[in-house]
Amino acid sequence: MTIQFNEETFRDDYSFRNSDWAIKRFPFPFHEDSYMYSVNMEQHRGGPAGSVYEKRFDVDEHYVSEMRDRALVLDDDPLRCQSLPHMTLAGWDTLELIMVSKSEDYPDLFELHRDGDQWHWINRPMGIEQKFTFLDETTLPCGPLEYITRQAQGDFAVLDQRDEMLWMDAGMITTQADWSLDFDIGMNFFEWHAPVPLAHEMGIFKRALKFLLNIQQGAPARRLNWTMTVNPLLDTSPENYHKWGIQKTQMTPETIGAKQHLRVELQTFYRLPRSNALLFPIRCYLIAFQDLTTIPKWGRRLHRVIRDLPEELATYKGFIDNRPMMLDYLSQFDDGQPTSPGIWPDLASEPALKK
Amino acid sequence: MSAAPQKAKAGAEKIDVLVSAVVPLNDLVTRFEFKRTDGQDFPPFSAGAHTVVEMQDEDRTRLNPYSLMSDPADTSTYAISVRRDDQGRGGSLFMHQNVSQGDPMVITYPVNLFALDLRARKHIFFAGGIGITPFMAMIAQLERSNGHWELHYAARSPELASYATELKAKHPANVHVYYDSEKQAIDLGHLLEGQPLGTHAYVCGPAGMIQWVHTTAAELGWPEDNVHSEEFLAPQPGKPFQVRLCKSDITIDVGENESLLEAMERCGVEAPFLCRGGACGQCETDVVEHSGTFDHRDHWLDEAEHASGEKIMPCVSRFLGETLVLDR
Repeated sequence: MTIQFNEETFRDDYSFRNSDWAIKRFPFPFHEDSYMYSVNMEQHRGGPAGSVYEKRFDVDEHYVSEMRDRALVLDDDPLRCQSLPHMTLAGWDTLELIMVSKSEDYPDLFELHRDGDQWHWINRPMGIEQKFTFLDETTLPCGPLEYITRQAQGDFAVLDQRDEMLWMDAGMITTQADWSLDFDIGMNFFEWHAPVPLAHEMGIFKRALKFLLNIQQGAPARRLNWTMTVNPLLDTSPENYHKWGIQKTQMTPETIGAKQHLRVELQTFYRLPRSNALLFPIRCYLIAFQDLTTIPKWGRRLHRVIRDLPEELATYKGFIDNRPMMLDYLSQFDDGQPTSPGIWPDLASEPALKK
Repeated sequence: MSAAPQKAKAGAEKIDVLVSAVVPLNDLVTRFEFKRTDGQDFPPFSAGAHTVVEMQDEDRTRLNPYSLMSDPADTSTYAISVRRDDQGRGGSLFMHQNVSQGDPMVITYPVNLFALDLRARKHIFFAGGIGITPFMAMIAQLERSNGHWELHYAARSPELASYATELKAKHPANVHVYYDSEKQAIDLGHLLEGQPLGTHAYVCGPAGMIQWVHTTAAELGWPEDNVHSEEFLAPQPGKPFQVRLCKSDITIDVGENESLLEAMERCGVEAPFLCRGGACGQCETDVVEHSGTFDHRDHWLDEAEHASGEKIMPCVSRFLGETLVLDR
């Protein structure tokens, strides 16, 4: 399949749009009509054809525009990409993993030719061609992690593994749900998760850490996480809260369908072979409420999940103030009919909205 | 995506290989080299990683972990070196006596429980006997990245000091070899005392040597996290015992020469594992009920956990007594 790349923005005039194709393949995160934390991991070994789970690193219609947005963020704030000195090898691991995966999974878009340490990389959608020496930083325009993650959608946290612990020692973080690499750099797994409510008491992080420490080469894993974002903003960072936080108060019942977005993160986990670090790609997908509710099952379910979500979670995810307005809007799409289990849209079998 | 919590998998992913070379190094140690059966390259690995080798010994499947000792940058070949243990349970003997060039085998993807700390300003290695193997890969990796390292290698005699000659020839300034037969010994206190700040020490060898390095370093004020060790324990034989597995709803007998983990596998109970040597923690199992004495042999649980009688590591630990019920 050849992808038509959108010309769109994630700021100012917010011209970001999902095509029908993108709506149907959206990674809807709720497998039932309620939500609570869980470690909810599964293997990342492909998925149904056309789904966002199919390839190791999903490329979609937003690719070129998302990379343009990342470049703008980095222009303003170069500290969104950092790598502590001992993480350079992990940066090369990341570059190798992404280049090999993309060239194998999307041969019409990306090519990688390797002759020993002499590598030749072609990225057609972005019009990039680069010859370089693998493991020799002087042959790339910037460090290996920055180089490749300027060409890959989603954020990338690179976690060093030492002393039975994970450490946030490198990353490229420009499409984040309100956390900061510059603040978290060098922290351990428990430190950077300290702000999350309820999950500590539930022992979630202890179990999650144990799982992550044991992710092995050749057996990547994945999970979904979600939050809410007003306007299709990729960069909802603490650094820029003064710019985007206010937008949460500027929604009306007339504009909520277009402005309110469900933000879903497809989180994957790879053991990096040369450095033994853990790569944690966090891929962000946005969908407007008015698009999401075109799928009857998702409209019904989203209403029920948001309605029944514990207050702490709605507060932590930053939409407690807007929840009443969201429920008013979403209730139009919930006719009380049962929903089928699982996350898939089930368009053929789910009944149309009876209202 | 399903939301069902994932069951821990039994072991790492597997790779089909052919034995491409069998190279006897001395009376006790033989190197085995592997190529992939599908002709592809192996995945790169990080120095310190091991692979679990599957041996088909008639109707018995033996699974032994061995450190990868080849150059991690060489993805055409993986190599391990196996010391023959005539008193052991037979895995190393099987490798020495039954494995020849051209044989198909199955090994796992690399798993690293003994990684270099890449923040270290300097790496100082202490090897005892066959414990040299992970350092072969570490040295190759650090040479490529211009890392600062030195090796102190104790062996019984020049004849049994695998790779000592080639290491000394290649890195005369960094490699120091000590022979028991010539009454030479590592001057550990002196070495550990004189290291620059930011040095990390690594030890692989017999249990006594590992303990010696940890204790000496602690006495000299080394931070605990700067001293790394790896010791795979071979499961030791012991008296047969019976165990009830309540989730699987069966009672099984553990024979004298098999581990509890192996007995579970023999009876078709899928139990998670990685290292099979008491180090990785993957097979940790809850004890539901017991009356008797545990024979804990792992490095994973701490003393309090051993004393609690609530957990057991079935890869190496055993039990003596009336009743043992496990949550498996």
